[in-house]
Amino acid sequence: MIEVQHLTKKYGKHLALDDLSFTIEKGQIYGFLGPNGAGKSTTMNIMTGYISATSGEVLIDGHSILDEPEKAKKSIGYLPEIPPLYLDMTVMEYLKFVAELKKIPKDKRSAEVRKASTLVKLNDVSNRLIRNLSKGYKQRTGLAAAVLGFPDIIILDEPTVGLDPKQIIEIRQLIRKLAKDHTVILSSHILAEVQEICDYVLIISKGKLVGSGTPEELEELSHGKDSIELTVKSDADTIQSVLDRIDGIQNVTWRNQGAGSCDLLVDTSKSAQEVCEDISIAFATERIPVTRINILKATLEDIFLELTESSQKDEEGETKR
Amino acid sequence: MKAIYKRELRSYFTSMIGCAFIAFITIIGGVYFMVYNLYSGYPYFAYSLSGVIFVLLIAVPVLSMKCFAEERKNKTDQLLLTSPVSLIEIVFGKYLAMITIFAIPCLIFCLFPLIIKLQGNAYLLVDYSSIFAFFLLGCVFIAAGMFLSSLTESPVIAAISTCAVLFFMYMLGSLIDYIPSSAVSGLIILIIFFSLICALIYYITRNPVIAGILEVICLIACIAVYIVKSSLFENLVINVLENFVITDVFYNIAQNYIFDVSGLFYYLSLIILFVFLTIQTFQKRRWS
Repeated sequence: MIEVQHLTKKYGKHLALDDLSFTIEKGQIYGFLGPNGAGKSTTMNIMTGYISATSGEVLIDGHSILDEPEKAKKSIGYLPEIPPLYLDMTVMEYLKFVAELKKIPKDKRSAEVRKASTLVKLNDVSNRLIRNLSKGYKQRTGLAAAVLGFPDIIILDEPTVGLDPKQIIEIRQLIRKLAKDHTVILSSHILAEVQEICDYVLIISKGKLVGSGTPEELEELSHGKDSIELTVKSDADTIQSVLDRIDGIQNVTWRNQGAGSCDLLVDTSKSAQEVCEDISIAFATERIPVTRINILKATLEDIFLELTESSQKDEEGETKR
Repeated sequence: MKAIYKRELRSYFTSMIGCAFIAFITIIGGVYFMVYNLYSGYPYFAYSLSGVIFVLLIAVPVLSMKCFAEERKNKTDQLLLTSPVSLIEIVFGKYLAMITIFAIPCLIFCLFPLIIKLQGNAYLLVDYSSIFAFFLLGCVFIAAGMFLSSLTESPVIAAISTCAVLFFMYMLGSLIDYIPSSAVSGLIILIIFFSLICALIYYITRNPVIAGILEVICLIACIAVYIVKSSLFENLVINVLENFVITDVFYNIAQNYIFDVSGLFYYLSLIILFVFLTIQTFQKRRWS
């Protein structure tokens, strides 16, 4: 559906995108995740043909955004970071203008406008000037303009920024609804959001793709990075001697060594579930009571931090050299 | 194109700029008409129109300043440039909207010769052809303003630079008399001109070799031609610049009653040039 090949973008000497390549398939929700300044908006602006790339190519349904811009742009609805609204128009006038701009046939235009404005719940404000709308309604107007005509690909740049929690939930529901028959690409620096709604996550840092996969796959990446919390009713030496006999234990952190009981954190090098079973059996055979055992799963957050920080370290290493 | 044209036209009237522009030109035109034609009894409206040109230097920048600069400032150009419309449609839609606004006072001016006719003798052919030339001249000014507006993000900078460029275009006819006409000065100006072009080439290509070689070739060529036939450089700059005095075409029609068809084509080609340059500014941003 969308192929992005070796995209590089330089702003003067600053490298905003560095040889970014990925493919986007039909009918899923994709999430661009990255810290501020990672190149999410730049990528989206290049994909929609707003700015040029220094090198590289974007193909939308096989049409290059540079050589056949009109064909390629026809299948994209784009909500930029700041919704591109004409403040001197009413919501209805604006949506009709966008519909005409998107070359929706005249007889279908008002039906499409109605459909889009109902979908984002804009009907109450349809005759108000955009200038006078609140931030949330402005965002929704931009969203209505992006989904107008229901193009195959809908690209949303940080769609929930500046909205209240209720509106965020509404917009998430809307995105899920849209994803039933459209491809949705959204960017965010909020992990929970991406984890909750996206089928596939692309983690971008410093203009590079540092990781990609479904949220589950990304969590899987962290296998062996899970850890187990234990509270054992015994002294440290006995516990250590029991743990020494179990494989797959990488590191033990002692948190609290009381007289009759110890709190400790065990880092595992294989599946935490298996290690956890082994530990419970080992202590049980020694007749040592384990009062608490808990698996701490690595979250998307840990992976995100690890991936983005490691790419930053690489960069520092390169500059030092 | 129709969508952009309609939106632009509506926005000129909701933001008052369109109304103010029309009112300003019509009122000043009306004042000249009253003073020269009604009170002094001069039968040519074309003569009054010559005075109105000066007003365009102030009014056109106000009309054209926001056309692209404001879109860029408000990021609404993101909507236009990511929609399935071609750049030509965007630029033409905006240009036609501005021309439509400017056509309204010109149509009102079309009534004035008829008023003269009611009072006695009128020279309708001269008057109407000069209104037409006035309209085309305004279109050239608007196209220049649109081009300058596409270069910047700030409407104020667009307005000031348009004002400066239009003023230069307007005054060029009188300034030409102050340019030295001797052969040596012609040579020096030509060399400076070529050096500027070479500097521009260097700025665009970042290739010192090509720019340097071109500069040397131009220098040698200029000096060689000067040594062989120095009379070529006499009045050279004046002759070239005279071709750029665009207001002359209008004055020929309005004051000397010479209908200069080639001059009107000159106006048309200038309009096409500026529209083309505007489109190229956007193409440049889209391509690397």
